[in-house]
Amino acid sequence: MSKPKFAMYWAASCGGCEIAVLNIHEKILDVDANFDVVFWPVAMDAKYKDVEAMEDGSITLCLFNGGMRNDENEHIAKLMRKKSKILVAFGSCACEGCIPGLGNFSTVDQLIDTAFTTLTTDNPQNLRPQTSYAAPEGELHIPTLNPMLKTLDQVVDVDYYMPGCPPESHQITAVVELVIAALQGKAELPPKGATIGAGLSTVCDECTRKRNVKLIKEFGRIQMIHADPELCLLEQGIPCNGLATRSGCDARCPSVGAQCIGCYGPAEGVVDYGARLIAAFASVIDSDKPEEIDRILDGLVDPAGQFYRFNLAGSLLRGGKSAHQSNDS
Amino acid sequence: MTDTPETKSFDKAQDRPFEPVIIGFTCNWCSYRAADMAGTARMKYAPNVRLTRLMCSGRLDPTFVFKAFAGGADAVLVSGCHPGDCHYVNQNYKAMRRYHLMKRVLVQMGIEPGRLKLLWASASEGAIFAREINEFVEQVRALGPLNWNANGSQIADHVLLSVVNGQPSEAEVKA
Repeated sequence: MSKPKFAMYWAASCGGCEIAVLNIHEKILDVDANFDVVFWPVAMDAKYKDVEAMEDGSITLCLFNGGMRNDENEHIAKLMRKKSKILVAFGSCACEGCIPGLGNFSTVDQLIDTAFTTLTTDNPQNLRPQTSYAAPEGELHIPTLNPMLKTLDQVVDVDYYMPGCPPESHQITAVVELVIAALQGKAELPPKGATIGAGLSTVCDECTRKRNVKLIKEFGRIQMIHADPELCLLEQGIPCNGLATRSGCDARCPSVGAQCIGCYGPAEGVVDYGARLIAAFASVIDSDKPEEIDRILDGLVDPAGQFYRFNLAGSLLRGGKSAHQSNDS
Repeated sequence: MTDTPETKSFDKAQDRPFEPVIIGFTCNWCSYRAADMAGTARMKYAPNVRLTRLMCSGRLDPTFVFKAFAGGADAVLVSGCHPGDCHYVNQNYKAMRRYHLMKRVLVQMGIEPGRLKLLWASASEGAIFAREINEFVEQVRALGPLNWNANGSQIADHVLLSVVNGQPSEAEVKA
């Protein structure tokens, strides 16, 4: 009997998700024992035409990471959807846009200008990438950037979401074991649309720091504050996103003294991650005077970046006005 | 001001003169009563604001505001009891802090600060409520349409149509 087929693809992402999968150590042998890896560009040679030639629905499990930054990403997303039984939005980029999604604060022209003209770039001829070029051998094409980065589920139907930047290895192991058990008829898969490999609560719930009453007179950046190692970071004025972030990482950052930046995405039931954090942060400010509130808020140097670092493309507004306007034209 | 495609008072995306759509949130105890008062006293004010009653301005989840903008609203009004008058002791201060923080985030998103307004109105301030809404509508009209191209533009169409078709707004129904 042939083994069920496994695929993994990266769209607009950094490759950290692939590392996280390899980081499950000897469990990767279980993946190999139970699955036939048919397509995984980062780990093995494969051509798009090989995937196109496969029967629809013939891939049992596809872990898809990365956002939809260009038309190639979207093309492969649609292809993998067609060929896969279970399509998992794997990692923060596919689920909610992640760091590449921050590009949605700018237009494509601004992004390209930054990449090709700023101080760190040596570009004396002031070149810009062209999406097509007539070479003597024929017309050459490179992918065209989308006006805005989209999440995977803004382009295709997604079966499961697995958050994290990247997903924690023990969570990947648990998911792999579950899928294998389900294939053997020993377990049931969660309902479609569920978030897998993560908790239902918040990072605060897993955090072991001591909590008292949060009354904040001043926000500060973590490097400017000599933080108490046992006390809740937010209580000390360090903007920690744990309150709205999904659990599942065992509160790794706060437990070593760094604030939660929200890579596990919105907690269960949260519609707009940033909006939830705005509600939470505003609630703990200890002032009723508009001028003083403004002074305290000045301590949050980049509120939109603080609240939407991972979630901008997946948020209600999806990006800034300039990117939306270029999306119209 | 003329309503031609070249002016801000023309909604190019909808191809018709621009009528601002404003989603308003009022608290049960003061500002909704102020709107009620304006209605009972037959004060006329611009029909562009659709009011949603919350028990308290402190109930205002910033998600509501973002959803309104994403759904096509041109502006959002948040109103509650005057500072010190909150039915729930101090929750309107919470609304005030959220308003200040939301405004900073919206500006970073490219949404003009003039599209979000905080208004304190007591139950007896119907006239003030009506006047402030008229001023706010003109302020938003001057800013022009927001036309947020995000999920759910059907919400905008639905509310816009009621303006264009001249259907009575909540304010007029009361009057």
